[in-house]
Amino acid sequence: MADTIRVRIVADQIGQLIRSLAHRDYAIFGPAVKDGAIVYDRIEEIGDLPRGLTDHQEAGRYSLVPRQDQALFGYVLGPQSWKKYFHPARVKLFDARNDDGVFQILPNTASPARPVALLGVRACELAAIAMQDRVLQNGPYADRIYAARRAGAFLVAVQCTQSAPTCFCHSMGTGPAVAAGTADITLTEMDVASDHWFLAEAGTDRGAEVLSELSFAPATDTQCRAADEAVALARTGQRRHLDTAGLRDLLIENFEHPRWDEVARRCLVCANCTMVCPTCFCTDIEDASDVSGTHAERWRRWDSCFTTSFSYIHGGSVRTSPKARYRQWITHKLATWIDQFGTPGCVGCGRCITWCPAGIDITEEAQALRGTVNHGNTES
Amino acid sequence: MRPVPWVVRQVTKETPDTFTLVLDPPKGARGRFTPGQFSMLWVCGVGELPISISGDPTRPESLTYTVRSVGAATQSLVTRQAGQTVGVRGPFGKGWPIEAAKGRDIIVAAGGIGLAPLRPVIYHVLANRSHYGRLTVLYGARNPRDILFRKELAAWAKLPDTQVFSTVDYGGVSWRGHVGVVTTLFKMLRLRPVLTTAMVCGPEIMMRVVARELLARGLSGDQLFLSMERNMKCAIGLCGHCQWGPHFVCKDGPVFPFSQIAPLLDRYEL
Repeated sequence: MADTIRVRIVADQIGQLIRSLAHRDYAIFGPAVKDGAIVYDRIEEIGDLPRGLTDHQEAGRYSLVPRQDQALFGYVLGPQSWKKYFHPARVKLFDARNDDGVFQILPNTASPARPVALLGVRACELAAIAMQDRVLQNGPYADRIYAARRAGAFLVAVQCTQSAPTCFCHSMGTGPAVAAGTADITLTEMDVASDHWFLAEAGTDRGAEVLSELSFAPATDTQCRAADEAVALARTGQRRHLDTAGLRDLLIENFEHPRWDEVARRCLVCANCTMVCPTCFCTDIEDASDVSGTHAERWRRWDSCFTTSFSYIHGGSVRTSPKARYRQWITHKLATWIDQFGTPGCVGCGRCITWCPAGIDITEEAQALRGTVNHGNTES
Repeated sequence: MRPVPWVVRQVTKETPDTFTLVLDPPKGARGRFTPGQFSMLWVCGVGELPISISGDPTRPESLTYTVRSVGAATQSLVTRQAGQTVGVRGPFGKGWPIEAAKGRDIIVAAGGIGLAPLRPVIYHVLANRSHYGRLTVLYGARNPRDILFRKELAAWAKLPDTQVFSTVDYGGVSWRGHVGVVTTLFKMLRLRPVLTTAMVCGPEIMMRVVARELLARGLSGDQLFLSMERNMKCAIGLCGHCQWGPHFVCKDGPVFPFSQIAPLLDRYEL
């Protein structure tokens, strides 16, 4: 990749970007409004994007509200993460035939999926994708389903110019600025109330190729600076922070701590946090067969360490108390993930805070173990 | 993640609830494994289970598993008929340190079905007798009718440089052997702690007390190995279920040196 060139495109050129990606036969996914939230869905044209909408988020609260302008990416994050495309919530492993106790696995007849293009990936989400790459395809055993779906994916990042009150990516070192070369194209949406343009930058050769098909003008220094400042504002506007100094030892050494009982009184063990988390990767396997027993299927689906069945062995589950299950989740995320994969398993997206029905805040819980809870942290 | 069909040669009843399955490979396959490793055994349409290999590692022409029937999936496994198939994935995990233990005395301490993953160690030591020192088998079962591999235990006891001590928790009127938990056998042991490697498998509470006794008798935590059980589903460290502290028991274990896991053993609901 040669020196990156930053260009200015007018907002309408996002439509051309979608067409250029479609022309390359990508299945394009991006933000769309569904059930009162911004979710990721098929995008065929610029009109599918959530123009003029933003999200209000707080611990246990989310609402979609109109903006005063026509921003296409004027929200922060919805409940879904891109992992649903690479690591599907439910996927069939195979069909099998069973004749009098002799089985045969049937050939897979499904045609391989087209490579995906993801439009509107935030910096924290790029970090989450990199983390799942590490866990699911870069270890001694690769998950073939993940690797096949991940291969060739085209990533269009959109940098954040605003943070939700639940965001803490800056303290996790994952955002809000997109690191060079981590996306094929990085966009920054600017001046949405007036002349509405995007600063665009290619991070890969194929990104540069797609970008060259748009109408663009070289970005001026002033425009580049304005975009950088807008992203810096998202950073300085973050109110939640997670102190990562000594984080691993903090969790490991406080296996017994009164805070676990306290959080267990609030935690509903509903598993929402694990479902919305962009890095949680646990899965379970389901076996099914028809009534006659001749046709059988194996399915894989997302699982959660918040269920009692998760840790089941003969004689009973290992982690029966809500306290033990919450402790497992946060300890894995912030401590043992470091032992396993070299970094914490949290990118600071704040989804687990927003989508917790009890408003439990991972940053507050980690801080509580240090013995200094800043309750002001959680108020708007 | 695709189970390979192996053919059931025979299913033998070991005790009222425990059975040994011998599986023949599909054409061209062999059943090579390290003692202590496990396979995922799948009954089509019913479920899949992690089962330790209990057979002879020097005979890869078949795979042998000893299974206690405790639920729907294990029940369907032990009621397979000869000629039917069982899906096999694996072998998986890190096994017993049979190479590192060469030249040393071996203690095998088992509780209940925990003897199954240790039997391949005994086979291996007996097949390579000159490479190892004394072999001591300590075995505890709940009651006399739950004793696994009874004939083999008696046969091993007659071999040179080999001692076998069995005990039961509840003896009953006809039992003339030892009664008490496994650790009560230690007083009969002539241990050379510096020369000894111990391999322990059984319920977690049994492994903890056996470890404590062996350490108290001067055995090093680096020469004491435990086989841990957690919920293993994928067996390759991807599904997350078997996590125990920082470890994926399926791929980092199931056999761990005591010195590596000592701090975790005391953590309830870890």
